[in-house]
Amino acid sequence: MKTFIRATGNISPQKTFGQAGLLQELVIQSGNRLRCTEPDYLQYIDAKFIRRMSRIIKMGTAAAMECLQQAGVQNPDAIVMGTAYGCLEDTGIFLKKMVEQNEEMLTPTAFIQSTHNTIGAQIALLLQCHNYNNTFVHRGFSFESALLDAMMLLEENAAATVLAGAADEITDYSHAILSRFGLYKNETISNTELYKNKTKGTIAGEGAAFFLLSNQPSPKDYATLDALHTFYKPAGINEIEQQVQQFLQEQQVALTDIDVLITGNNGDAETDAVYHQLLETIFKNKLAVSYKYLCGEYPTSTAFALWLAASVIKEGNLPAALHTSAASKIRRILIYNHYENIHHSLMLVSAC
Amino acid sequence: MYKKSAAVYVAGVGVVSAIGNNTAHCLQSLENETAGIGNITSLNTIHKNTLPVAAVQLSNQQLAAVTGLPASASRTALLGMMAAREAWQDAGVSNQTGLRTGFISANSVGGMDKTEDFFASFLKDKNSGRLHDVVNHECGAVTELVADGLGIKNCVTTISTACSSSANSIFFGARLIKHNILDVVVAGGADALTKFTLNGFNTLQILDKEWCQPFDQNRRGLNLGEGAGYLVLVSESVAASIKNKLYCRLSGYSNANDAHHQTASSPEGAGSYAAMKGALELSGLQAKDISYINLHGTGTFNNDISEGTAVQRLFDPHYPKMSSTKAFTGHTLGASGGIEAVFSTLAIKHGIIYPNLRLQTPMQALPFIPETKFQKNIAVDHVLSNSFGFGGNCSSLIFSRI
Repeated sequence: MKTFIRATGNISPQKTFGQAGLLQELVIQSGNRLRCTEPDYLQYIDAKFIRRMSRIIKMGTAAAMECLQQAGVQNPDAIVMGTAYGCLEDTGIFLKKMVEQNEEMLTPTAFIQSTHNTIGAQIALLLQCHNYNNTFVHRGFSFESALLDAMMLLEENAAATVLAGAADEITDYSHAILSRFGLYKNETISNTELYKNKTKGTIAGEGAAFFLLSNQPSPKDYATLDALHTFYKPAGINEIEQQVQQFLQEQQVALTDIDVLITGNNGDAETDAVYHQLLETIFKNKLAVSYKYLCGEYPTSTAFALWLAASVIKEGNLPAALHTSAASKIRRILIYNHYENIHHSLMLVSAC
Repeated sequence: MYKKSAAVYVAGVGVVSAIGNNTAHCLQSLENETAGIGNITSLNTIHKNTLPVAAVQLSNQQLAAVTGLPASASRTALLGMMAAREAWQDAGVSNQTGLRTGFISANSVGGMDKTEDFFASFLKDKNSGRLHDVVNHECGAVTELVADGLGIKNCVTTISTACSSSANSIFFGARLIKHNILDVVVAGGADALTKFTLNGFNTLQILDKEWCQPFDQNRRGLNLGEGAGYLVLVSESVAASIKNKLYCRLSGYSNANDAHHQTASSPEGAGSYAAMKGALELSGLQAKDISYINLHGTGTFNNDISEGTAVQRLFDPHYPKMSSTKAFTGHTLGASGGIEAVFSTLAIKHGIIYPNLRLQTPMQALPFIPETKFQKNIAVDHVLSNSFGFGGNCSSLIFSRI
């Protein structure tokens, strides 16, 4: 069953929010931490709510509101989201006070807002939306699980409109800890140089993106999400190839039907080898573009990738920022991403 | 290909809680009316002697020895493995080849029990603290330790909607079967006691300094608990191959949002009413068909009046038997929906009703009184299980006799 992408709202390190043209001006940041370019939240959220909200809650809520406004939907039949890390800033605040104040004189706000379902709940509260509300928190599958839930709800006719999205934030604490795990590059580069050095590590990213999905077409639609597939800890490159080919077979789509491939290369020499190998074998000669130099690496970055695919299909062209010899009349995009070679996902996006 | 009419069966159950390390132990405690609440022994907290909790009576070392996971793993993973493996072995479907199997879990704070230890060192020096203690901080990482231990990989994911988390994971699992995406799903949730949640709930001033009294006029709050509960859900064709082993059917489910406040429930229980009503509609049952409601019943002033009011609106005048088993297990947060789903299936299988312990003065505002004694030889045909959480997340499940 086709899922129609009627509207999007995307807060990312790039100028992707609101009425901005598609990646006309790249945001270039130096260092191994790409921060979101944040909008003026007052347009989207009541000032009295903004004061209490942490950055991820503001980003998630504003992205959701922009998406709904664009879609002309006031009260979606379901709100489903994914977040791998949840509300890290509030978690860190409560942990710090708990440790430093030896569990005394604590206040509830940070604890309340640290709960993983806070963003979905805040959206419901602002909309007074009593409908289905769910939050998936599974690392590199968080967004994909939310999408799967949304697609099932639409197929069940349990919902005709679903607000589905993902949000993850970097905080000083999380960046310090994840750096110690060796996730990020030691050398200082800008995001546009992500793929230059072929060294170990990537750059940290973050973002909040929402989509209004429907089982009914509308004149506003960006694209259709035809299918989604995830696979966990594949045994090796052979299984990855087999999973991709089986996915395309099930969708009755030949590789020649795919105009552009969006891949999740993050600049880490070891994990990018998976993409390089596939581009030598099953994806040979396919026009492939990477997206993580735009948004950085984070477990729900595929929400950025889906936004990109839907936007490119809506425009029909690849923006110059992505590819200089841009193909025209792009009607079908395959997104393939893996997160640390553990969580692999495929999304097929087509013109309506 | 979604098939609305496809039945989803419960083929196995597993539970660990303060009242027992497995299903048989928990059943025995329920029948003996023995609660699992006591003093804090495992957490190093200033609340040790003031806030009672319902802790699982096994150390991390003991859990590791039984489950095969390292003792250094998050206690949430250790508890999850304990109950999920019991359910998995109980169902006995693991040796059927070609089955598409999923593990859909839930928890509220992932590996926070380890992260809070790490933070004590980390806050003093950013290069300090053992990385091993935060490697499984994420909710999903805890799930993967268990999924990998069980050897399940077709579909692995985690839901976190606070205290309704594992009710949502159970019915997400059922929907994956109805969509013919999976044949077998181990679904439920786990949560361990942590200082983070203990202090968090304490700031909200909803923890009872005595043993909790759900649905009592003089209730003072909840006791936190820990544990894990999982069901093995199977499709019709898998069920046909293990007929004599089936517990019941998952006949209804629904998720609604209260949209009232981030932590408090609306006075009229809008979300809980919608969740219960939605589950009834999906099951095709009438309110009067329900034999027993396993109430969310935390023991807080706010939850019990909100839930009770919603029950009154939906069930009056045909009140089923009701009780909150949180008087036994404490409130196990992300695990509670899973643990109480196991209790609900056992109520159907054994024809039993659990008592709402320590109920002394029924709530004046409500026209019904929960059951206060363990009862057996009861025809329990349909059980409604409620799980409501922060963020207004309300979910209800209905289990039906086959």
